[in-house]
Parts: sequence; C-alpha cells; structure tokens
Amino acid sequence: MSSSANTPANPAAKTTGLHIGEIRPGVAKVDPIVTIDGVSRHFGGLTAVDVEHLEIPRGAITALIGPNGAGKTTLFNLLTGFDKPDTGTWSFAGHALAGIPAFKVAQMGQVRTFQLTKALSLLTVLENMKLGAKDQRGEKLLYSLFPFLWKAKEAEIEAKAMELLKRFKLDTKKDDFAASLSGGQRKLLEMARALMTDPVLVMLDEPMAGVNPALTQSLLEHVLGLKKEGMTVLFVEHDMHMVRHIADWVIVMAEGKVVAEGPADQVMKNPAVIDAYLGSHQDDDLGTITGRITLPKKGKK
Amino acid sequence: MILSRSRTGAKYWTQIGLLTTILTLMFGGLFATSASADSVGEDLPYRVQGNVKNEGTALEGVRIVVSGGGYTAETVTDADGKWLIGVPEKAGYSVSLDQSTLPEGIAVIEEGGAEQSVEIGPSGAVTKNFFIGEGERIVVSLFDQIIARIIYGLNFGLMLGLAAVGLSLVFGTTGLSNFAHAEMVTFGAVTAFFLGGVLSLPIWIAIPVAVLISGAMGWGLDSGLWRPLRRRGLGLVQLMIVSIGLSLAVRYIFQFFVGGGTNQLPGFDAPKIKLFGATSLSIIDITSMVLSLVVIFAFAWWLLNTQTGKATRAISDNPDLAAASGIDVDKVIRIVWIVAAGLAGLSGVLWAYFRPGIKWDMGAQILLLIFAAVTLGGLGTAFGALLGALVVGMLVEVSSLVIPSDLKYVGALVVLIVILLVRPQGILGRKERIG
Amino acid sequence: MDWSAIFSNTAQGLFSPATMAFALAALGLAMHFGFAGLLNFGIAGFMAIGAYGYAISILTFGFEWWQGILVSLVASVIFSLILGIPTLRLRGDYLAIVTIAAAEILRLLFLTNAFVDVTGSADGLSGYHNSFRAANPFPVGDYGFGPWTYNNNEMWVLVLGLLTLVICVSILLLLINSPWGRVIKGIREDEDAVRALGKNVFAYKMQALIIGGIFGSLGGIVYALPSSVNPGVYVTSLTFFVWTALLLGGAATIFGPVLGAVIFWVLQAFLSNVLPQLVSSGLLPFISSIQASTIRFILVGVGLMLLVIYRPQGILGDKKELTFVK
Repeated sequence: MSSSANTPANPAAKTTGLHIGEIRPGVAKVDPIVTIDGVSRHFGGLTAVDVEHLEIPRGAITALIGPNGAGKTTLFNLLTGFDKPDTGTWSFAGHALAGIPAFKVAQMGQVRTFQLTKALSLLTVLENMKLGAKDQRGEKLLYSLFPFLWKAKEAEIEAKAMELLKRFKLDTKKDDFAASLSGGQRKLLEMARALMTDPVLVMLDEPMAGVNPALTQSLLEHVLGLKKEGMTVLFVEHDMHMVRHIADWVIVMAEGKVVAEGPADQVMKNPAVIDAYLGSHQDDDLGTITGRITLPKKGKK
Repeated sequence: MILSRSRTGAKYWTQIGLLTTILTLMFGGLFATSASADSVGEDLPYRVQGNVKNEGTALEGVRIVVSGGGYTAETVTDADGKWLIGVPEKAGYSVSLDQSTLPEGIAVIEEGGAEQSVEIGPSGAVTKNFFIGEGERIVVSLFDQIIARIIYGLNFGLMLGLAAVGLSLVFGTTGLSNFAHAEMVTFGAVTAFFLGGVLSLPIWIAIPVAVLISGAMGWGLDSGLWRPLRRRGLGLVQLMIVSIGLSLAVRYIFQFFVGGGTNQLPGFDAPKIKLFGATSLSIIDITSMVLSLVVIFAFAWWLLNTQTGKATRAISDNPDLAAASGIDVDKVIRIVWIVAAGLAGLSGVLWAYFRPGIKWDMGAQILLLIFAAVTLGGLGTAFGALLGALVVGMLVEVSSLVIPSDLKYVGALVVLIVILLVRPQGILGRKERIG
Repeated sequence: MDWSAIFSNTAQGLFSPATMAFALAALGLAMHFGFAGLLNFGIAGFMAIGAYGYAISILTFGFEWWQGILVSLVASVIFSLILGIPTLRLRGDYLAIVTIAAAEILRLLFLTNAFVDVTGSADGLSGYHNSFRAANPFPVGDYGFGPWTYNNNEMWVLVLGLLTLVICVSILLLLINSPWGRVIKGIREDEDAVRALGKNVFAYKMQALIIGGIFGSLGGIVYALPSSVNPGVYVTSLTFFVWTALLLGGAATIFGPVLGAVIFWVLQAFLSNVLPQLVSSGLLPFISSIQASTIRFILVGVGLMLLVIYRPQGILGDKKELTFVK
C-alpha cells in the first residue's frame, strides 16, 4: 500500500517510561494530563462508553484505537464537553471538567478537531485561522465597534496565522474560501487553526481519514512537531501505520471499554487487541481497518 | 398645534394608508380573529341584531356575543333592550346571551338555551330575539362543558390530524418543512366548493373527487417542482423558503379566483342535534369525525402493512440506507406527496365545515396549529403527528373555557414552544445521538 | 393610463416610511440569518414590539416620544432573551418554528379584546403624535420637490427614519468587519467548530439575536411614527415580505437589505398603481380591479421562489458566498 512508501525513513524517537507499574488497562501514568474515572454514556440500550479508569500521559503522543463503534469519538466528545456522560468524573491538568461547557474546555487549552472536517467553508483560509486566536478583545461586542481598540492585536494575530499557514504550506491559499480546499488541505487547516489557540492538549479525531496519501507524510511530521513543541497529542486513528510510527502510547477500546493499553509495539501483539479487531472485522476488507476504504459505519445508531 | 395636513402630503399619507389597509384586509393573518372596527361594527356590511325583553320590559346591559368564521364581537343592550353587531360576511354565526348579565330570577327559556345559531338573510341582516322569562337559568355544569369541549376538540383535532400526518410524512421523507401545506388544505376546500357549489355536483361526489384532485395536485407539485429542486441539490432552508414563496403565490391565486369573502359548502348549516350534557353536534360534525377516523385507520394500515408504507418509514428512518437497500426513493416520495396532498385536501373540506366556510386563507389560519401538532408528536413521525393533532385540537377547544376565545390559539402555540424546550424530540420522537 | 400619476406614486415608494421600516427590519434579518445563520421567522413580532411599545408607552404611560423608543428597544431585548435563552441551544429549524409562533402569540395578544384598553384591539392605536411632532425641528411648510414633496411632519419622520437607517447600517458595517463579525460568520458555518476554538457560541448567537431584534423593532417604530399602529399589519405575511426584500438584495450583505427593501416597495407601488389602471383602460381583460391588485402579491410569492432557486445570494451577494449552508 502507498502508506508504506510514506513511512519515515528514520522513525522519530519514541517517548518511553510513561507508566507506573505493570502495564494493564487503566495503568497509572507518571505525569497524567487527563484522568478519567467511571465515565459512562448510554444511548438507549447501547453502552457507547464505559471507562473505569484511564490516564493520558502528558507530553507524549497517545493513540486511541479500536474497531468502529468502540466509542472512541464518543469519548472524545465527552472529554471535550460536546456531550455529557451519564456518570463519572474526569479532569484536565488538574481541573475537574464535569459540567464545564465545551468552549471553556477549549479555553483551558484542550482543543480538538473533528472526524468530519469542520472547515468554515465560506470564510477564507486566513479568517479561519484568525478565528482560532485567543485574547482578541475585538471579539467582544462593545470593543468590536471601535477598530482602534483591536487593530494592533489583529496584526499580531495575522502574523502568527501566516507563520502557521506557511508551516502547513497553505499560505498561498490564504484568501481562498475554505470550501475550495481539498479534503487533506482542510484537515491541515483544521489542525493549524487549532494551533492558533496555543493548546496544551491537541485532540485529533481521525486526522488521516480521507487524506490524499501524498499529504500523509507532512501530516505525520506536523503531529510529531506538536510533541517537539511540548504539546500533548491524543488522536483517534484507524491507520495502523500512523499509530505504529508516531504513537508513544496506544489505548485500545472495544464496545465502550478500554481493553488494552501500552507502547505501540507491545499493544499490537496483545491477544485482546487482535481479538477486538478480528472479532468484529473478520468479514471486512483489511482496507477498512487501515482507514483507506470507508464502508458504511456499523453500530452507530 | 401642527395638526393640519398639507395638500401635497396627502399623497404620501394615502400611500401609507393604502398599504396599511391592504396589509390589513388582504393578509387576514394566520388567525383571523379580528373584531370589528367599531365595538358593534356598524361599518361592516352585514348585521346581527335583536331585542332583549322580559315580558315587555326592556333589559339593559345584557351582554351579547356573536361569533363565527373566526370573527368574534360583543356588545351590551341599550336602554330599549336593543343590540346590533356588524359582521363581515354573509354567513352563519352563533349568538350567545351571557345569562350572568340578566337580572336575578330570569333566564333564557328557549329550546337550545342561551347560545343560538343564525344565518344572515337576503336583506343582509338577521334578527335574533331570545325568549326570556322567569325560571331557572339553564346552567351548564363545568363537567358537561368540558365534555362538550373535548368532543369538539376531538373533531377539530382529527381534522388537523389529517393535515398533520401528511406534513409529517413529507418532512420525514424529504426533510422539507412545507409551508405550502396550508394551501393544499385550502385547495381541497376550494375544489370541493367548485364542484359542489359552482358545478352543483352532489356533495358526496364532490368531496371524493376533490380529494382525488388534491392528490393529483400533490403529484403535480412533486414532479413539477420539488423533485427538480431536489435534483438541483437545493438545501433544506432554501427549499423551505421556496415553499413559503409557493404558499404566498398560491394563497393569492385562491384570492384571485374566490375573492376575499367566505363561501359555504352545501349542507354546512345542518341543525345541531343535542346529544347529552352540553354537547350538540350536527350530522355533518358526526360524519366528519367518522370519516376522519376511517381515513386515519386506513392510512395507518397502509403505513404499517403495505410495501410502500414500510418503504416510507424506512426512508424517514435513514434515506441513504433505504436507497442502498434497493428502495426506489423517488417513487416513494411521489406517493407520499400524493397521499399527503389527498389527506390535506380532505382536511380542508372538513375544515370548511368546521369553521364554517371556505376562504382563500383558511389553510394559513391553521398552518401553525398543524406545525404545532407535527412538532408536538415528534418531527417526522406520522403517528406522533396524529397524537399531536388530537392534543392541539382539544387544547384549543378546552382552553377556551378559561381564556378569551380570541386567544384560544395562543394556548396551543405556547404549548408548542414549551414542548420544544423540554422535549424537542416530541412525544413519540427519538432522542438523537450527538456526535 | 395616467402615467404621470403612476410615475409619481412609484417614485414616492423610494422614500416612504414603509420602505425605511422594511430596510431596517431586513437589516435585522441580515444580522440574524445572513451573518449569524439564525432562522428568524418572527421579524413581524419584533416590528410589532417596536410599534406597540412606542405607542403604548406614550398613550398609556404618558411618556415622551424618545422615552417611548427606549421602552420599545428594551422590550425588544427582553423578547430576544425570552426567545433565545431556550431555543438557541436547539437545532436551527426549531428557532424558526418558535419565532414564527412567538410572533403570532404577540399579535394575538395585541389583537384580543381582553386588553382593549391598552392595545386598542382590532382598532389598533393612533393619536400618539403630539410629543413627537412637538420635537419637530422643521418649521411648518413644504419641503422637497416633485413627487418627493413633504410637509414638515412627514419631513421629520423621513429625516429621523433615514438617520436611523444610516446609523444601523454603520453599526452593522463595523460589527461585521470586526473580529466579532468573524466569530458570528464562523458560527453560521459550523457552530461546533467555533465552540471547539473556545468561543462562547451561545452568547454570540444571543448578541446577534438581540442586535437584529433591535433593528427590527426600530423598523416597527419608523413604520408607526407617521400614522397609526394596526394589528393587521404584523401578520406572518409581513415576515415573509421582509424575507423577500432581504433575499432580493442579498442576505449576507449590508447594503443588500436596504436595496431589497427599496426595490420591493418601488415595485409594489408601481404595480398597485399600474395594474388597476391596466384593467380600467381595458388592457387586462376579464379581470376586475380587485383581482388586478391581487396579482402583485402572487408575483411576490413567485418572485421569492425564483430568487431562492436561481439567485439565492441576491443582487449584491457574492456568487461563491451562498448563504444557504445546511
């Protein structure tokens, strides 16, 4: 497959020594940034998420994998305040997050992207970027009426946005409507926009889905770059190449529960993981597992 | 001080006046519950009048209420016991005498009690004198009143239900909030009037033919307008606004042909038969309820048991999956439009008897109630819409016991808003999964 | 055919209070729908609040005219809060149903006999002009020329209406081109994305609802300033006519709503004059003059359909910037 051609020649050094004690689902971390306790979410009779205990290590790249319908995206929604769990508590960088609305979670530095890319189609690429910026008081109604109060900050934001756009090779498109970008470019834009908020934890929901293989390489490097800059990354992905090459830690979910976790190479050999995948995917084309082919989603009622 | 109008200004004032008048007269509003311009409406073209006397003694200050066709006005008798209320249309009205304003010890002793129906005669006026004498007031117990209201509400609700299930089916299968559904209701009534009133066909032929023509209209709308628009890939908001444009255009086309007044279908003035308590229904009312029930049961059977009915529900559930399972979505949607338009047409005929009268904006008068019913039951679920319609119908009728009758629709609309707040998925709707 | 009368009456459509009222209401809708993506089908309710708030404050509470305007605007903000707090968290089409129902509830409350002492019921309200006219800076006399000749009272209404319109357009210009406007447009495109970037989407939508509502209420006041308040005006059709004006000019533009309102009323004035004359001069056979005047409303409906299907961005809108995202 084409993704093997895009595999970095020298995989980035993995961060190790993240956990305390024996590796098992729910193992304690040396320095957790997110801690989840007893979080569950039901839709009618379906249990979408039921996580007893889970910690996400700080300063590392963590992958969240599992078959379709395992509850990965629902867990993302719960962690970011886009959905409310039926039970449980969870915290981010020491702040309890239960009952905190999504926008406040984002303001605390936990920013996310979406499985179905949410580029703001009828805004230009540059406007999309500027929207991510923090502390622009021109976004307040009364200030907005007096341009001299926010023009200076606006210039600052624009400079920062252009720098990021250059890094993501989108600077030539800055005045185009986001609607005119390709799927992969939109993913890049969404990630770049998220970085405008100066996040502490970046949560990416299937960053590779629908991305042209030619762009995979640069996407991988961008994600690794986030870690270099000191950010924590948590991502949901079906592309096992990406997981293997960049994830320092892998969490496996199936039927709403965490069934395994550990460093990538160890987790991949775990019988529970093989079972979780093959158990629900033995009839599927392997392409769906790697995220290269999209079939109608199962189990998402 | 500066009260004189200049000559040149007159044009300008005339224009504003003209626009205001046109807006007032032509857009009779969704609910034409307007009272007259004068408290007794002497400037209106038709009159209901009478004289309230007890054995030759004029009774002053007795309250009289005249209502019908969405119009309500009231007055009190003068020193001679006389009263006069102008009414806008040559139609049937109900006249009621408020017995609590009569002196002690006397009451209306007439058969039928203090509320009577009248019909404007050829002279443009009708006189209604109540027979008053010593005796017990025929006080209707609250319980009887509630029962009567519930039964009227049931009648109204069944009629709304016919329109609401169609709207709900269309919404479920195409996602369109069809504002022009109101005009499909009016279309049925206008067609029945054309066949029964103008061509003088017997009404039992006119009504089924009107329903068939309504169904054909639904087919025409789908294949001539909505399907091409779906093909063009118009968004749902765009389609909704197209339906608003269609609603306006068709409503004024009706006005173009039938004028701004009210016309009656044959047999609208069938006498009321006193059944029990305070409940009295005409043979038309009873037929209307039975007919609605039969049609609704037939519809439910169709939806549950036939292949097309099942396909309809499958498309409402998940259009992509339905299409992938080999269901011909376009064909099903076409049938849905035919069924919805036919049911709306029948509903329009029944609404014409309930109001009574056909009018160019009669559908628009109840459009929000139909929306309320659909929302209340759960957007896109046909049985929910039916249940919602019954709740709305009864709510409108029963609430008029406690709130002024010209505010009776307000109760239903407030409930609509409250329901959206506490249970946006409606009574029978499913909670949607987020994310 | 009396072409000079037709022309002169049409020309007046350009500067009538009705035109300015429509322009203001359409500006409010542009804020709501064009920029923030809020489906408000109750603009007639906001206009009714403006008109009734103004007239009732003066007639019932004896306020000065400018106090009446303030009362109206406060009432409009309260109406927005009542509508918005519960519905802005729900899906967009729920707001549409709630706003259309709320506007009808308002109209029925203004119309009912129960509050006839305050609202005038079906008669509406009139005779609240003394305070406003006493503040008229124009001396008694005629102003303007040709078809645009106005007496001092009319002049006062027009100048105040035009001033209001200019202020509202300027405010909208500033708002939309600011970072605040960027957030609002982002919400129109996808509110979850904006929420994920740490913006309080609910607060922004509420602000947009309130500002658009104030514009709508100002429209209602300007409509009521010259003559009277009539409950038959504030019907659902009025909402749809304002929508037609908005979409005609361009929903996501600032000058579009003004242009749309002007075209709408000039066309209406032209048709309402020319159609009956066509009938009386025998050029439109087989129809009565009443039927002829119905035709222009049929045309509004047909026009609205064609507009939405073939040019949803309106006259001034950017072809790429279609405002109808799902």
